[in-house]
Amino acid sequence: MKIYGVALLAACFLLGKLLGNLLGKLINIDSDIGGVGFAMILLMASSIYLRKKGWLVPETEKGIWFWSAMYIPIIVAMAATLNVKAAVSGGIVAIAAGIGATIVGMLLVPVLSKIGRSNEIPKT
Amino acid sequence: MEILENIITKNGLVFAFLLVGLVMLFSFWVSKKIFRNKIPGVAIAIILGLSLAFLGDTKGISDIPLFAGMAILGGSMFRDFAVVATAMSADISKIKKAGFAGIISLFVGVTVTFIVGVTIAFALGYTDAVSLTTIGAGACTYIVGPVTGTALGASSDVIAISVATGVVKTIFTTIATPLIAKKIKLDNPHAAVVFGGLIGTTSGVVAGLAATDEKLVPYGALTATFYTGLGCLLCPSIFYLMLKFLNL
Repeated sequence: MKIYGVALLAACFLLGKLLGNLLGKLINIDSDIGGVGFAMILLMASSIYLRKKGWLVPETEKGIWFWSAMYIPIIVAMAATLNVKAAVSGGIVAIAAGIGATIVGMLLVPVLSKIGRSNEIPKT
Repeated sequence: MEILENIITKNGLVFAFLLVGLVMLFSFWVSKKIFRNKIPGVAIAIILGLSLAFLGDTKGISDIPLFAGMAILGGSMFRDFAVVATAMSADISKIKKAGFAGIISLFVGVTVTFIVGVTIAFALGYTDAVSLTTIGAGACTYIVGPVTGTALGASSDVIAISVATGVVKTIFTTIATPLIAKKIKLDNPHAAVVFGGLIGTTSGVVAGLAATDEKLVPYGALTATFYTGLGCLLCPSIFYLMLKFLNL
């Protein structure tokens, strides 16, 4: 049943948030420290484990895939509910940081490409 | 008319599904017909979303009662839930295919991008650790930005800037990749794996590589799918703490 997948996702999500908040408490910062990241790791790990066990059937996975496919529409809805009027003054920051970060990343391609070039990449 | 208004306000979330569906449909149509897939539909949809927010005030379009449901759909609960779900597509067994260079490029990519983003935000007048982290995270991708911002309690306008930063990155990557490909020797699968890890914005990487050489797309996407997850893990934790300890 699809709900099993959604429930698994919910479990990973809540546990990840809990870890993030506990970590925040631990270092005395009242915020969620990497909770979403922890939740993603938990989901990856549990899905690998459950797949090996044969418990994660495609029907269950579909419950997770649905939410995975919803993230762009949700990001669009989120974008529409932000305080953009106050952000206009920061438009220059967005353009400068967006372009600057991309250029630096691109320039690093030939540098990092030198690592392990002899290792052939298997065809996907 | 009154009945219709009543139905919509009572079923705000359902109306938001319809509205966002229409925005997506329109954006992908514009991407295909007007930009001939040169600009990803995703980027157009987010820009359209940001523009819709101008209709409202501090809470964007959801300030208008008719569109209040957008705040539920776009709220942090649904957003984080859906972002976590994307981890399903990042198949750990595939990371071996990316190899050592792929993994290094992911870590270097997220770190360097964050540093560049923070430096530029700092140079342009942002001084508090939360805003700097959020904008630096936005330079990673338009998802890492708001996820980090919400976790750290950044203000809505700073989160909007972080989303815009990520969108600028996606569009710039799409346009610049085919232009710069030769200069950065982006002409083989190995370089594409590294490129995906360094840039990370999946839609931009895929669109940029498609315009450069179709065959490179799967290699770039391989590493890029891990980028947002890594960003969501590092930005609101280690990176934020480092900025905080630097006493910014």
